[in-house]
Amino acid sequence: MKRLESIDDLEKLRKAIIGKNKAYIKTVALCGGTGCRAYGSESLKNAFEQALKEHNLSDKVRLIFSGCHGFCEQGPIMIIRPEGIFYSKVTEDHIDLIITETLIKGNIIDSLLYEDPTTGEKMVYEKDIPFYKAQNRIVFGQNGSIDPTNIEDYIAIGGYSALCKVLNGMDPTEIINEIKESGLRGRGGGGFPTWQKWESCRNANGNPKYLVCNCDEGDPGAYMDRSLLEGNPHLVLEGMLIGAYTIGSQEGYIYVRHEYPWAWANAGIAINQAREMGLLGENILGTGFSFDIDIARGGGAFVCGESTALVASLEGRMGEPRDKQHLHTVESGLWEKPTNLNNVETWANVPIIINNGAEWYSKIGTEGSKGTKIFSLVGKVKNTGLVEVPMGISLREIVYDIGGGTPNGTKIKAIQTGGPSGGCIPSSMLDIPVDFDELTKVGSMMGSGGMIVMDEKTCMVDVARYFVKFLKDESCGKCLPCREGLKRMDEILTDIIEGNGSEEQIELLHELALVMKDASLCGLGKTAPNSVLSTLQYFRDEYEAHVIDKKCPAGVCKDLITYSINADACTGCGACKRNCPYEAIEGERRKPHVIILDLCQKCGSCMDVCKFNAVVIS
Amino acid sequence: MEFSMVDAIVDQHGRKPWALISILQDIQEHDGYLSPEVLRRVSERMEIPLTGLYGVATFYKTLKLVPQGKHQITVCSGTACHVRGSNRILDEIKNLLKVEPGETTEDRQFTLNVVNCLGACAIGPVVVIDGKYHGKMSASKVKDLLANFRS
Repeated sequence: MKRLESIDDLEKLRKAIIGKNKAYIKTVALCGGTGCRAYGSESLKNAFEQALKEHNLSDKVRLIFSGCHGFCEQGPIMIIRPEGIFYSKVTEDHIDLIITETLIKGNIIDSLLYEDPTTGEKMVYEKDIPFYKAQNRIVFGQNGSIDPTNIEDYIAIGGYSALCKVLNGMDPTEIINEIKESGLRGRGGGGFPTWQKWESCRNANGNPKYLVCNCDEGDPGAYMDRSLLEGNPHLVLEGMLIGAYTIGSQEGYIYVRHEYPWAWANAGIAINQAREMGLLGENILGTGFSFDIDIARGGGAFVCGESTALVASLEGRMGEPRDKQHLHTVESGLWEKPTNLNNVETWANVPIIINNGAEWYSKIGTEGSKGTKIFSLVGKVKNTGLVEVPMGISLREIVYDIGGGTPNGTKIKAIQTGGPSGGCIPSSMLDIPVDFDELTKVGSMMGSGGMIVMDEKTCMVDVARYFVKFLKDESCGKCLPCREGLKRMDEILTDIIEGNGSEEQIELLHELALVMKDASLCGLGKTAPNSVLSTLQYFRDEYEAHVIDKKCPAGVCKDLITYSINADACTGCGACKRNCPYEAIEGERRKPHVIILDLCQKCGSCMDVCKFNAVVIS
Repeated sequence: MEFSMVDAIVDQHGRKPWALISILQDIQEHDGYLSPEVLRRVSERMEIPLTGLYGVATFYKTLKLVPQGKHQITVCSGTACHVRGSNRILDEIKNLLKVEPGETTEDRQFTLNVVNCLGACAIGPVVVIDGKYHGKMSASKVKDLLANFRS
């Protein structure tokens, strides 16, 4: 790779790459995101490459192993361009058919098309699929058209042009103003105005200044940041470069979870390629501006998503947070130097704002929350995946129009947003707009973008205990309210779930939650009781059912339920009997079966395998 | 693990404090865990007090201080997997293997781990065995799945 000595060099290279790519008649983008890889897309890619060679099509058809396309439910996903044909659930058996029918003859393969579960209509093109239609993918949309391990792909779609614009004569104060006008707020959870952080860090005393990209995405059920860094690493690097130029920093770090192997691998490849091309390192594009980035891997500690804990981890220490009330990281962060820390999605928004202008950007969204937000829409929802929506869209639109509702048509009970620090929003509030301030008002928060759909078979007390247990394990133990508070809340919730709870305990739980909120040291502790507070606020009847009636209305809490077989519905097929690991089911063939309660461990295997809905929970 | 390999990994990362976790993880890749001898060597090479190094090694969940089993079972307990019943799967594995999360079976065949989220929510509940993802798991599938790995 040749080093680029000037902005002009980059523009020439861009033209050359676009010219070179014109030789390809078609481009096949196969999703290589973690979800599709789990479905086996990597071996599919190798087989497809081989098949293209055998058909002598390697120089006419370009196969891109791209980042995440978002529609994980339908993986492995393949998009054939220029037409934009969308094939889902592709397997190795389909390769020859795709080549001979679609790539050579131009025919559509009906069996690989996505079928709208509501209308039964088959969709040919990506743009027509309802899941994509209602989205506004300004940040995430590029993922599907580039190979993240090839810098040329990013350059071909206009990559690093925002950096050129900045280096070509934008003054740092002008950039800060542009970010301010855009209304960009931190996408990591807090929603702090990005420009304000940048300005404080730029004006802070002390040198050197550091930049950090936070990809310690620890919220369970959230994987937006990983998919961005994995699928479009150069977009994040470009954002960091613009930030570094603005703030006056020469050193940056990307802190990535160890559990995200492709994210740190792809980011590493991107950094090396950018260095080789002179887009990172000394004297970038001959402008005299220097900045370099290194990758630090996290060790699986949730608390390290908190800025001061992350800084401690970068310094090679245990990730314990410190009090931020009097000293912010922008003034004294890494090695006690001014440090500007932003989340992956925030950095990725920067080049888009610079390229399109603050005016364009600020037209998307609501008064207080501008732009788009990527959510990971998961749980009891038909179309699981990553969705990028304009701020202000209602939860209902996300869950029903994009997500398609629940898989079995069950009733939605709640939407959980904001990860373990967030809260559960009841279905009666589905019409509230997605906006930093609105979500906080109803007792949840935007968080980094996890959106978990819960239906009537989800027990809200169990959900509260799940988050409390999670945070208890992840609490660093430095301050007492968080360390002890979570332990006691876990004990109380366990009592309730096991049928040993009392009404007084519900009050105690509430009191403990309020104390933790007021007295914990860091953001993690202060927000830790949110799941308890929000479920108590909206689903108190479920708590009461557990303690007064000793019943779990959702049929989840093992100690409060029993499994039985409805003799009228049972056909005596024997599937439950064969699958019961505890030999707790009796019955002759073609006659109703019975569960022996003394032996039943309530594992639910019988329910999983029964095709006649004969297994019931009471 | 040979000390020369430890040294090579430390040198490759360049003794930088922010690379400490990566260094320990790369070393762990070889033996599956960090032995006292290895940690002492890292402490000398990185010029970090051994107490501080143990602090780090015990703080971060991905770092292991005890030998691991031949097969690594990871049950995802992310929220999406949880609401789809990952607990029942975990209970089933615990019952069959007679181990708690973080422990290794007596015959050293399996180590059971629970992870906060693997970000493969679309195919949840997910169980990963030796790096291979098994999606849409249920308690009834556990027995057969584990039987494939018994040697």
